[in-house]
Amino acid sequence: MNVPASWYLVLAAVLFAIGVFGLLTRRSALTIFMCIELLLNAINLTFVTFAHSLSDIGGQATVFFVMVVAAAEVTVGLGIVVTVFRRRNSTSVDELHELQG
Amino acid sequence: MNILATLLVLAPLAGFVFVLMAGRSQSEKSIGLVATSAVAFSFVMAVASFFVLLGEHPRSTTVNLFNWISAGNLHVSAALLVDPLSITMCLFVTGISALIHLYSTAYMHKEKDYRKFFLYLNLFVFSMLVLVLANNLVLTFVGWEGVGVCSYWLVSFYFDRESAASAGKKAFIFNRVGDLGLLIAMFLLFQHLHTLNYVGITAKAASLSPTTALLVVLALLLGAAGKSAQIPLFNWLPDAMEGPTPVSALIHAATMVTAGVFLLVRMSPVLTMSADGRLVIAIIGTATAFVAATIATAQKDIKKVLAFSTVSQIGFMVMAVGVGAYSAAIFLMISHAFFKALLFLGSGSVIHSLNGEQDLRKMGGLQKFLPYTFPTFLIGWLTISGIPPFAGFWSKGAVLTNVYDHNKILWLVGILTAVLTAYYMSRLFVLTFRGNERFREATEGHDPHESPWVMTAPLIILAVLSVLGGLLDLPWTHHGDLTSFLSPTLGYVPAGAPLSSTVQWGLGLVDFAAAIIGLLAAFSIWRDRYEDARFEKSFLERVWRWDDAYDLTIGRPLTSVAQFSGDVIEPKVIDGAVNGVAVTVARSVEGIAKVQSGYVRHYALAMSLALSVIIVYLVARVW
Repeated sequence: MNVPASWYLVLAAVLFAIGVFGLLTRRSALTIFMCIELLLNAINLTFVTFAHSLSDIGGQATVFFVMVVAAAEVTVGLGIVVTVFRRRNSTSVDELHELQG
Repeated sequence: MNILATLLVLAPLAGFVFVLMAGRSQSEKSIGLVATSAVAFSFVMAVASFFVLLGEHPRSTTVNLFNWISAGNLHVSAALLVDPLSITMCLFVTGISALIHLYSTAYMHKEKDYRKFFLYLNLFVFSMLVLVLANNLVLTFVGWEGVGVCSYWLVSFYFDRESAASAGKKAFIFNRVGDLGLLIAMFLLFQHLHTLNYVGITAKAASLSPTTALLVVLALLLGAAGKSAQIPLFNWLPDAMEGPTPVSALIHAATMVTAGVFLLVRMSPVLTMSADGRLVIAIIGTATAFVAATIATAQKDIKKVLAFSTVSQIGFMVMAVGVGAYSAAIFLMISHAFFKALLFLGSGSVIHSLNGEQDLRKMGGLQKFLPYTFPTFLIGWLTISGIPPFAGFWSKGAVLTNVYDHNKILWLVGILTAVLTAYYMSRLFVLTFRGNERFREATEGHDPHESPWVMTAPLIILAVLSVLGGLLDLPWTHHGDLTSFLSPTLGYVPAGAPLSSTVQWGLGLVDFAAAIIGLLAAFSIWRDRYEDARFEKSFLERVWRWDDAYDLTIGRPLTSVAQFSGDVIEPKVIDGAVNGVAVTVARSVEGIAKVQSGYVRHYALAMSLALSVIIVYLVARVW
């Protein structure tokens, strides 16, 4: 069975849309994190798809970079979330609005 | 010669560096010893250079140290010009400096800032030597500023005293005004002669136009007036007496304040070109001599009397320069250095013995308590009063004879000043050493004590020099004297009609009579009183209201301008502009600021929408 490349792209677009929707509507920092992961993985999926259909290894290599950076970003991000939680007993990002004009 | 002259200049600098590096652990003794011997070594080098110079022909050597400035057609090298004028200056500057360093080791004993004192003093001697030995105006200016800043430091040496701090500032500011004159003179000379080298200026001076020469001379006079305390910039010098007494003796009597006269003499080839300029110089000198002498008659502080006396004597030197009697000016400068250093150190010894009392009204009867200070001070007093055969009679006589030759009116004022000189010095002498003992309060009932030998030895040496100083240039010698030694370096001035020996004798007698009149007047008035408002007019005591006039014309207007700036311009104009900008910006963005809600999702939404718009645009363009 040969799945066409466009299916993969549609799946990636759906994942991306879910991620954006979650990012815009959710208030918990943890949920937002998960949404960001969704966004990144949607991008990864398009990279892999194109790498396969264009027979270019560059796309796949980029995915590894994205994964490494994402892992690092999660580490730092969760660290910040934990610190914020300790100080405020909440991870709601709406409470972090000291920089408003 | 090269090595001698270089060592001559560098020895005090080496002393300065040593004292600078010496930590607090270094004892007073070793600091005093090194500082004094550095200057003494310098003196030995000066003597050696003098004898080497005597054997040379022509008597002028330039010692090139290094190229300093080279820009366009301006080339200035750090070079020393060793010629009769500079070596004469070096000899008495280093000699007297060495004596005063020796004196200071005892006078400053146990002072908190003993080390700092010698630091400045050595740096001063170095700067002074640079000033007199430089072969161009720029390097002279370096020394000129060097002695100025050392003077400032030393005047405000006791800077925790309000009066000393402000006296230092006053000296500094008055000197800056004078420096402006010197700078203008340098600019003019470079513009017209394209050189600042003394040898070059001497060679080309004749090509100056009369107007330029007049301007240069007036600018130089302003410079000299600042440094040498002449009208209209003379009133910083009396305030400078706030410094320690050895400083008053060295810097504010014997050496630095004569730098202005030295500069004028050094530039004498230019002075030669402008008779009008010289007349102005002579008038300024005469006026200063007279005004300062009248002020000195009414001062109650022993050092203030000597300070105004210094101003007056420098006035005599400037007068001599004005009539073209350059060597007479130098002669008076040297003998003045001897006797005024002697008088200042003597007064220092008196002050020392009275635990710091400087008021003449609280002295008197010190004659029998100070067996060394008294006779040496006596000699200093007779010398400055112009009693033969001491140095003062011959040097002042040389000046007055030359003035008589050129301008009878100035001569008359000069004689009047000589009477006043003898009068105020005799008043000082009588009030200090004779009459009732009025010092018991200052000494807490004890007898005053004579100073240690390191303080009296310089007094004795200077007294001997004051007695013998006249031998440098007796009126009837014409070979091997100061005049013939100096004349190759000096500008030429047409002499007046040659004076017959009868006239010369007559002038000498008039000088002598002037001294005697002043002396007798002072003795008859002050023998049995120590203050009298009839003879000490407050107008004179307050320096002809000169300070008040400056305060009224310059000080107060400037203060009110500053006050206005501080009260109105600063808060209203400057702060108003700055705050106005800030307020305007803040008001104009009040609406836009709402956009910054602080909610992450608002920003994310904005980003997403913007991104969507961009994508739509790109896609639309492709189709």
